[in-house]
Amino acid sequence: MKMMKLAAGIAASLSVAAPALAQDLHFPMLSYRTGAYAPGGIPFADGYQDYMTLLNERDGGIGGVPVRISECETAYNTERGVECYESIRDDNPLVIQPLSTGITYQLIPRATEDGIPIHSMGYGRTSAMNGDVFNWVFNYPANYWDGASVAVNYLTSENDGSLEGKKIVLLYHNSAYGREPIRTLESLSETMGFEFSAIAVDHPGQEQGSQWLQIRRERPDYVLMWGWGVMNAVAIQEAANIRFNMNNFIGIWWSGSENDVRPVGAGADGYTALTLHGTGTDYPLYDDLQQYVIDAGLAAGAGDQIGSVLYSRGMYAAMLAAEAARTAQEIHGVAEITPAMMRDGMEALSITQERLTELGLPNFSAAFDVSCENHGGGGQAMVQRWDAEADEWNLITDWISSDRELITSLATEDSAAYAAENNIEPQCAM
Amino acid sequence: MLYREAGDFKSTYSSDNQTFPIRFDRYAYWAALGFAFLVVPFLLTDYWANSIVIPLLIYVIAALGLNLLIGYCGQLSLGTGAFMAVGAYATFKLTFAFPWMPIYIVFILAGLVTAVVGVLFGLPSLKIKGFYLAVATLAAQFFLIWLFTRVGWFFNDSATGMITMPQRSMFGVTVTGAAASAIAVYITCLIFVVGMSWLARNLTRGTLGRTWMSIRDMDIAAEIIGVNPLIAKLTAFAVSSFFVGVAGALLFGVYLGAAEAGEAFGINKSFLVLFMVIIGGLGSILGSFLGAAFLVVLPVLLKLMLVDTLGWPADLARHLEVMVIGALIVIVLILEPHGMAALWRTIKDKLRLWPFPH
Repeated sequence: MKMMKLAAGIAASLSVAAPALAQDLHFPMLSYRTGAYAPGGIPFADGYQDYMTLLNERDGGIGGVPVRISECETAYNTERGVECYESIRDDNPLVIQPLSTGITYQLIPRATEDGIPIHSMGYGRTSAMNGDVFNWVFNYPANYWDGASVAVNYLTSENDGSLEGKKIVLLYHNSAYGREPIRTLESLSETMGFEFSAIAVDHPGQEQGSQWLQIRRERPDYVLMWGWGVMNAVAIQEAANIRFNMNNFIGIWWSGSENDVRPVGAGADGYTALTLHGTGTDYPLYDDLQQYVIDAGLAAGAGDQIGSVLYSRGMYAAMLAAEAARTAQEIHGVAEITPAMMRDGMEALSITQERLTELGLPNFSAAFDVSCENHGGGGQAMVQRWDAEADEWNLITDWISSDRELITSLATEDSAAYAAENNIEPQCAM
Repeated sequence: MLYREAGDFKSTYSSDNQTFPIRFDRYAYWAALGFAFLVVPFLLTDYWANSIVIPLLIYVIAALGLNLLIGYCGQLSLGTGAFMAVGAYATFKLTFAFPWMPIYIVFILAGLVTAVVGVLFGLPSLKIKGFYLAVATLAAQFFLIWLFTRVGWFFNDSATGMITMPQRSMFGVTVTGAAASAIAVYITCLIFVVGMSWLARNLTRGTLGRTWMSIRDMDIAAEIIGVNPLIAKLTAFAVSSFFVGVAGALLFGVYLGAAEAGEAFGINKSFLVLFMVIIGGLGSILGSFLGAAFLVVLPVLLKLMLVDTLGWPADLARHLEVMVIGALIVIVLILEPHGMAALWRTIKDKLRLWPFPH
């Protein structure tokens, strides 16, 4: 009898799980507002949510259909990421943004099987830029290999066109994320003639004494950093302690937020980082945001992150998702799109400066197009420098392009291996 | 009410020595098995399978393995995460080297590889005990993870050091990769859990288990009565690592699908499994099940209740979950220092006498 009750109880609890038919556009968020990486996860989630709230409040959603956001806490943990994915996958999610390279790797085969697009914006599996193999995965506007190449190109221009004989050290988070650029940098060191070595920092990166001792011994001309969370601030502090020239210390876009430089104070002045988009609140969009979201008391989280680097990135991700949804609505002529239609929209996405100006974000990001073969966008980034006195990031370059030829050949090689392992036919020739 | 033992007499040694000497327990055991194999597959949704039941079954195997080592042989180990990683990486290498090999065989071979590695890292146990041994196994944890993230051979030189599981099937049914159905994965895990808990139960009832327990209770006395500590300790490490290796193989192969040594098999994993064993009950097979259930199922249920039913913010629920689980661990251990299995033992003793306690 006990068993019967249990079975009945389980059956009852399972039957309520069937989702209602969509009357809205569901954009799930896999966020992390807790755990070691929360300082990076919170502003991103706030920005993403606020932009979607703005669309709902100002325009009544996208194409007249309201946007629904659901948030699932992953704490940057892959097992929780799987749980989150399972909990939303039957709920018509239009696009999954895993916000963690590890979780992205796990979700690529699952989402491909289930027909749900993934957008890993500026993270995730780099070779997913090859849409011929990774039909459901997008990583525009730029990926880690672009980042590495842009950083090297920036340094080349700083050195009058040659890095011959220079020594570059990569300080990386010892995870899938941090190891991504190593192969590209190794290839670049051969063609450009600089000396390259990589130094790993284990999660979470609070202790970096030995790494910086090694950097001090090796006396590199430049240090590149692929860090995340507390590792960034600790690295910048250590660099300041050994009086490393901050202008020669360059972080990827995930190592260039206020959280990373503020704790170091004046010592962080001159620290340089790549960025995919503009920061600060000097964009017309923020007037609307103030009016419809902040003043209305609808701001996500504590509302104290607005305009910060990672907030802008979350907003950027939301903007790209909304634009892709709009494109999908145009292509298919229906307002209530499905994940499969969303994929088509993402593949046909075209971001132009005119469109950005229309959105109230003039020159916020580089213009780029997505195509079936190229899911990686244009691969451009800017370089920004921290001004500790004024407490702000200043852009010091225009858009710098990456060495796309090299990156495409590396990506093709890597994705071909994946396609062979998983018996994937080319998707674009159809 | 539950237990009616009147008339349940034993007339042979074998019936007196069986695993479940009480008739009611035996029936409950068969009923549970029947339920798990015949009823659950029809009730299970993908969400319940993938977020609760499958991880639970996998962690049960890991907890069983560690319980054999700590609970039965008294050898403290903090290297569980690394041994799970050995199982996972062995699965990866074996299945790519021999794509034709049935995947169950791969999982078992991965367990055997882990057993060999476990014996190697168990060698210090012959010389050192207790906390010192814990530190020696901690070295295994760091060394193995370092090895798996540094040496390209282990992850086939993939750009990121991630290993990904290809699609493999057993008896014509896909069990690994994204195309595997939740039911197939569930049945796979269940077969391994049932088989391995049967193995664990019978090992601990036999000569080997008794030598382990004699080493645990007093190693000098055990040596005097003729127990060879070398064989006892190393077999404990081998069997325990075999279990943990299979758990790691399943975690990577059928559950995660892609893994990275430092993230998926770090020191946190070692502690998680250790907590399962301590909360569940040292030296108890049932305890391994209870401990794993406590630490795998409870967080997800809390999340379901707070976020999906009550509509609380996800981050608040997560903070609360950490506090609630922490408080429950402390409460359970204060009320019953020997774990949840001991709690059940007390309840069972009372139930057997009920309603006439004297």
